[in-house]
Amino acid sequence: MNVDKILKRYNSDRENLIQALHDIQDNTEGNYLRTGDLKKAADYFHMSLSEINGVVEFYSMFSKKPRGKYIIRVCQSPPCYIKGAFNVLGELKNLLGIDLNDTTKDKLFTLETTSCLGACDEAPVMSVNNIIYGKLNTEKIKNIIKHYREEKRGK
Amino acid sequence: MTKKVKIYVDNKEILAEEGANLLQVARDSGIDIPGLCYYEKVTPTGSCRLCLVKIEGENGMIPSCTIKVRDGLKVTAFDNELEDVRKTIVELLISEHKLGCMTCDTASSCALEDLAYRYNVTVDNLPYDVKNEFEPVDDSSPVLAYDPNKCIVCGRCVKACYEIQGKGIIDFIGRGIETRIGADLGDLWGNSACDGCGECIQACPVGALFEKASQGKGRKWEIEKVETICPYCGVGCRIEVEKKGNEIVRINGVDKGPANEGRLCVKGRFGYEYEMSEERLTTPLIKEKGKFRRASWSEALDIVADRFAAIKKNYGSDSIAGLASAKCTNEENYIFQKFMRAAIGTNNVDHCARLCHASTVAGLARAFGSGAMTNSIKEFEFADCILVTGSNTTETHPVIATYIKNAVLKHGAKLIVVDPRKIDLVKYATLWLRQKNGTDVAWANGMMNVIVNENLQDGKFIANRTEGFEEFKKVIEEYTPERVEKITGIPKEKIIEAARMYAGAANSSIVFSMGITQHVTGTDNVLSLANLALLTGNVGKLYSGVNPLRGQNNVQGACDLGSLPNVYPGYQKVKDPKIKEKFEKKWHVKLDDKVGLSVVEMMNAAHEGKVKAMYIMGENPMVSDPNLNHVEEALKNLDFLVVQDIFLTETAQLADVVLPAYSSFEKSGTFTNTERRIQLLNPVLRAPEGAKEDWEIIQEISTKMGYKMHYNNQGEIMDEAADVSPIYGGIHFNRLGKKGLQWPCRDDKDPGTVFLHEGKFSRGLGHFSPVDYIPPAELPDKEYPYLLSTGRMLFHYHTGTMTRKVTALNDFEPGPYAEISPEIAKKLKIKEGESIRVSSRRGSIITKARITERVAPESVFIPFHFAEAAANKLTNDVLDPIAKIPELKVAACKVEKI
Repeated sequence: MNVDKILKRYNSDRENLIQALHDIQDNTEGNYLRTGDLKKAADYFHMSLSEINGVVEFYSMFSKKPRGKYIIRVCQSPPCYIKGAFNVLGELKNLLGIDLNDTTKDKLFTLETTSCLGACDEAPVMSVNNIIYGKLNTEKIKNIIKHYREEKRGK
Repeated sequence: MTKKVKIYVDNKEILAEEGANLLQVARDSGIDIPGLCYYEKVTPTGSCRLCLVKIEGENGMIPSCTIKVRDGLKVTAFDNELEDVRKTIVELLISEHKLGCMTCDTASSCALEDLAYRYNVTVDNLPYDVKNEFEPVDDSSPVLAYDPNKCIVCGRCVKACYEIQGKGIIDFIGRGIETRIGADLGDLWGNSACDGCGECIQACPVGALFEKASQGKGRKWEIEKVETICPYCGVGCRIEVEKKGNEIVRINGVDKGPANEGRLCVKGRFGYEYEMSEERLTTPLIKEKGKFRRASWSEALDIVADRFAAIKKNYGSDSIAGLASAKCTNEENYIFQKFMRAAIGTNNVDHCARLCHASTVAGLARAFGSGAMTNSIKEFEFADCILVTGSNTTETHPVIATYIKNAVLKHGAKLIVVDPRKIDLVKYATLWLRQKNGTDVAWANGMMNVIVNENLQDGKFIANRTEGFEEFKKVIEEYTPERVEKITGIPKEKIIEAARMYAGAANSSIVFSMGITQHVTGTDNVLSLANLALLTGNVGKLYSGVNPLRGQNNVQGACDLGSLPNVYPGYQKVKDPKIKEKFEKKWHVKLDDKVGLSVVEMMNAAHEGKVKAMYIMGENPMVSDPNLNHVEEALKNLDFLVVQDIFLTETAQLADVVLPAYSSFEKSGTFTNTERRIQLLNPVLRAPEGAKEDWEIIQEISTKMGYKMHYNNQGEIMDEAADVSPIYGGIHFNRLGKKGLQWPCRDDKDPGTVFLHEGKFSRGLGHFSPVDYIPPAELPDKEYPYLLSTGRMLFHYHTGTMTRKVTALNDFEPGPYAEISPEIAKKLKIKEGESIRVSSRRGSIITKARITERVAPESVFIPFHFAEAAANKLTNDVLDPIAKIPELKVAACKVEKI
């Protein structure tokens, strides 16, 4: 999708910046914000590059590095922490063979952490793109990852 | 008037202005509330939490820098609880700070160090772990370095970059404990758009941002500070030079500097290396058999005096011509023109103002009666609409550009840019009109056509303050937006919108520079802008006027003091018998009543053998003048050439005698900046042994030639200049202080003039001049298909004599280049950075291609600073018939890949 076209969906008031950046990121292969696109956004919203960068750096949903097709975010807020979020993270690192904030070689998964996803009764919780998975345990995590790997192969 | 209110801080009663900043008020009354992020020059941030206070009737602790003073406010600034909190904050900061204080150049002027001392915070009594793993320092910028480990993330630099300089290059990056400062996208500083003005360094309260070149050059307590005026452009920034011994350590802007309020650009802050260059001339040189040899002052001056006298005797006074200097002081220019007129006996004296604003002086004198900026620099911030045309202000007058940006960003002013190039200011503009080069009269007439048709003119102003309206109106009737679109290439809608915007604002100001003046129609262009201001009543009041930005530090002064062939000091005409008589009486000598030769005319006369000798002081026509091959032939054709300079310039190399002079860091005297402000210099450094001040050299030559001069210092020269030039009548060194005075300043009680033509124009009524559009002299054709324009860029200055000896500035821009449009590059298969040959009918140069959409399609732009690929080998020396300014802004050229 052409970035100029995406930008044109918004008027150039700066309060639209974050939504536009999400839109650009979602439509970019690799789920990230390219330097050239940030420059275009800066021009469009009449903001300096550093100001846009401040926003991108502040919000953890934005990335300036290419990421996987599926972004796994493990909740780090207290209820999940108490219920073993740390183990979930360790399990995922093992399973995927990557460290936090890294992307698998096949560009399928990126592993991140997040604050509360609003599903504390299901803790520990993680999300894969926009789908939330709760009451996680080793078995469940394995199945979820398997599911996404197969989905990819199926296509 | 703001209301005064009573407040109480720790029971002390303070009378303050309502709405003033509480922290500032408290500090001004001697209550030393600590703080790190508060910076007087920007909006308060309230993030460091050190200035916390308690306010009666409010809960908790509140940062005092965010509180506006109101009547009856009762404040607790100091109690145990507040001081405990403050100490904790300092402890936390110190625990994260790289304590490299013993090698830090900020030591002893560091705000954090002061606080640690004040709250007795040391590493051994710190209740936290001290950080001992550090991030690398980013020293990729040519001028500055950022040490994230010393950064306290107060944000002063971020706000300085955006709010003061209007750039917004730096911002916070990361979050939480990893927050730091980064430029652009947070990659290396050197890869960002940062142009190195160093405003952030001046704002940094600790040693996180620092000047690379100053590192290790001296501790604060070894340094002596001297205030003087920046040697570069016409803004006239007041600088504070820090020196150790006879060496400059660093330069800061002076916050109370009247033209710059502490702001500087990269040249002003970092461009001083030339001053200490080993290439400085230290002894007179005499050329024998084509080679220079060192000579004593008495020998050199004897030769100069004897040869000038002999040539005068054999060929007459008019066979000698002189170029004074826009880089020398007012006093030196006064002495120079006096020498040419009184000792030599000719009006053949001019200087490079001819090449920049001769048409301004001619045009504005005709329209208003005075050829200078009507307003003051600071007024730009408060104009409602600013029309910038033919001025790439960001690069040529960087500090003035900051005030224009302030107007847009802080006060919502409308900015109209009319320029063929997509200059930096276009980013800030409400409207950008891209005209074809040399069609300025047409678009201005087009705007005025709209204004009259839509009845947006100021009828009362026209009736009461102007003349010639009816005749003028007939001419603009023919410039309908449709016709103007055809001539200029500007869509007619934009012309209409610009006309409404300019005429509709309460206070509109015009800013222009050489894109307007350096044309065969330069005077016409200036007259058109004057017409526009007269038509809408936008002149003669605060914030509105017509403002030519003068290029060099003292080009205004050199003109004011009579280094022009048609006027004596104070713009008094040489042709006026009464004026001539006055000067004859004062100078005790017969004077000539013929107008002398201008710069280009001198070169032509030298070429023809009519001018036999030239005296050139601090100018470098071998780079600055149009059609350089012709200039070189002309100078080589002279019988005798004397050049007085601080370096062996391209011009000096052709001289018979070279005389070494002082630089502006070494002199006293005055410069007049572009807003007509006469400011006093202070000698900072000791001049190289063997050099002399320009005025002393001239005085000695003059005396040897039989016309005695004996001034003891520059102050005495100014007293004489003030006596003979009414607009400088009240200018005496003892009145100038740290603020200077703006002319006209007619007597010792006159406080000077902030803006011109209030109530009445200098010439009485403002004069409308009907002006028709005439195309440029040389336009692209089959053989030379592209349009060539020349100009300046930020990192170098004039002929590069100074800036090209500064490592940092060379790092930013090492050598010559030509901006070419992507269309040309595509057609000729030229890649970025490839060598190309650019040729015109007059010459050819080899340079590097810079492919950019900044230039219009089919256009080429070449900065003129680089002697090895001198743009002026290509430029056209055809002259404006009135002002004799050459058309440096339009020529036809061809481009070849090599």
